[in-house]
Amino acid sequence: MSGRSGASSGWPTHAALLISAAIVLVPVIWTVAAGFRTQISLLMGEVTFSPVLFNFDEVLFSKTSEFLVNYRNSIIVGVASTLLCVSAATLAAFSLNRTRWRRWVVQVFLAWTLIFHMIPPVALASAWFTMLRTVGLENSFTGLILAHATLNLPMAIWLMSVFVREVPKELEEAALMDGATTPVLLWNVVLPVIAPGLAATSVLTFVFSWNEFAVSLALTMKQTATVPVAIAKFAQEFEIQYTQMAASAGLAMLPALIVMLFAQRYIVKGLTQGAVK
Amino acid sequence: MAGAAAKVDAQRIDRQVENADQRLWRWLTLAPALVLLLALSIIPLVGLVLTSFQNIAWAEGRAVRSWAGLDHYRALFSDTLFGAGLWNTGLFALGAVTGQMLLGFALALLVSKVSRARVLYRTIFILPILIPGIVIGAIWKLMLNYDFGLANQVLGLVGLGPVDWLGNGQIALLSVIMVDIWHWTPFCFLLFLAGLESLPQDVYEATKIDGASAWQELLYVTLPLMVPTIIVTFAFRLVLAFKVFDEVYLLTKGGPGTATEVISFTLYQRFFTEDKAGYGSAMSVTVIFLVCLLLVVALSARRRSEGRA
Repeated sequence: MSGRSGASSGWPTHAALLISAAIVLVPVIWTVAAGFRTQISLLMGEVTFSPVLFNFDEVLFSKTSEFLVNYRNSIIVGVASTLLCVSAATLAAFSLNRTRWRRWVVQVFLAWTLIFHMIPPVALASAWFTMLRTVGLENSFTGLILAHATLNLPMAIWLMSVFVREVPKELEEAALMDGATTPVLLWNVVLPVIAPGLAATSVLTFVFSWNEFAVSLALTMKQTATVPVAIAKFAQEFEIQYTQMAASAGLAMLPALIVMLFAQRYIVKGLTQGAVK
Repeated sequence: MAGAAAKVDAQRIDRQVENADQRLWRWLTLAPALVLLLALSIIPLVGLVLTSFQNIAWAEGRAVRSWAGLDHYRALFSDTLFGAGLWNTGLFALGAVTGQMLLGFALALLVSKVSRARVLYRTIFILPILIPGIVIGAIWKLMLNYDFGLANQVLGLVGLGPVDWLGNGQIALLSVIMVDIWHWTPFCFLLFLAGLESLPQDVYEATKIDGASAWQELLYVTLPLMVPTIIVTFAFRLVLAFKVFDEVYLLTKGGPGTATEVISFTLYQRFFTEDKAGYGSAMSVTVIFLVCLLLVVALSARRRSEGRA
């Protein structure tokens, strides 16, 4: 009972942390490794195996596979919905925090984003589907892009509000004194200050769009299916191609791994700021 | 009172200072978000409420609507799948979120004790948040496979199992809860770590001088200070757990029987497998109402915890 905080970071702390890290990493590594095995090797439960590229070859380049198309679709939807969502959210954050709306307008708007964020998307997916069908957009990317942009809008608005509030008021007032119009103010004064926050929000929004499954399943057809929809199909087949499912799962995780390694600071900032405020 | 009056006065003057150009841009900057939310949340919600009182039949690609009154809502009460969906979602949410909170808090405490490896651990622990839910389903479908999954292989090494994780109705929900704990514990961990890092350091120095043990420090200093963060995280994770769909879709499809039938899955099947738009809408409206109810409870919990802090 020394009471020094240094004493508690002894070997039990490190052992517990190492075990936790293993629980996080082992399933991921084991699955990625399964993508390099033959189906027989996996089914036999062999511990050692010689890696093969057959599954990746089959998933990416076989005549029946559309995984590259799915990958392209996910990128299109992810990039477009992120651009739309983050632009709308940044403008809205500026509007809600730095213009003279009455308090109740801001409160009602934010309350609605909160309610919308909590509603299970499946409950709305059918209504979206009916709307798209009415306007004849059910087989295009437009519907899914709009849906993903809106789904991520609450989080993006909360996050961008945090960053917009960090812009010093004096900077804005000085610009206004110089007679700057609102667009000039936004572009020359606000944007440079919030750029890191904008990056954090964009990365998160893209990842969430990439990961989204329920709505994508409802709003896509064969040609517009995204990566998660394609992976779900692997698991539904009567005779599951486990190793191919593992290979495609590995490929679907690539953006997550890239983001984890190179944008970790942004992600942590984004996730904690958005949730706490 | 005088202060409040002065504030109102200042606001009025502020409003006058705003020129026509600024008023225009106040609207223009909010417009994109407002339009998106109106078009994709308010309008579909209104449509959902309307449809919930209607029967829809498709004839030659066009919807033929007829009024059904309260029939759909009445039918909800005797729908055992809906009941099972709500019950399982409640169990799932409580089990998963409790697990995530406990483990997330423990991890945050541990990581806050190390200095050099902190960023490394944080990097590793955020991985599950970034992986697509459907991929997490795929990972655990492989890990929990009865014949070759790593879980049963490890159990076999110590002479236990094999366990039918996903096929046994008694433990399938527990397996899905474990997968969700794996998925979302890192999120709670991140919030708690941020909370711990922002606690006032002088309090800790004072307890150190008083010679408090690590346990006393945790029980009488850290926990009381963290109560607001804990309550808010718990309440909101609980509401968000009602969204669970991806992992269940891949792991069990609601089965075996109705063992893992969660509400999102029930909704999905009414709409997209059975094409019962009217009934599905009534179910959606009911679920949305319940979520709003939970949210009100969550918000009042937050207000109370803020009042205490």
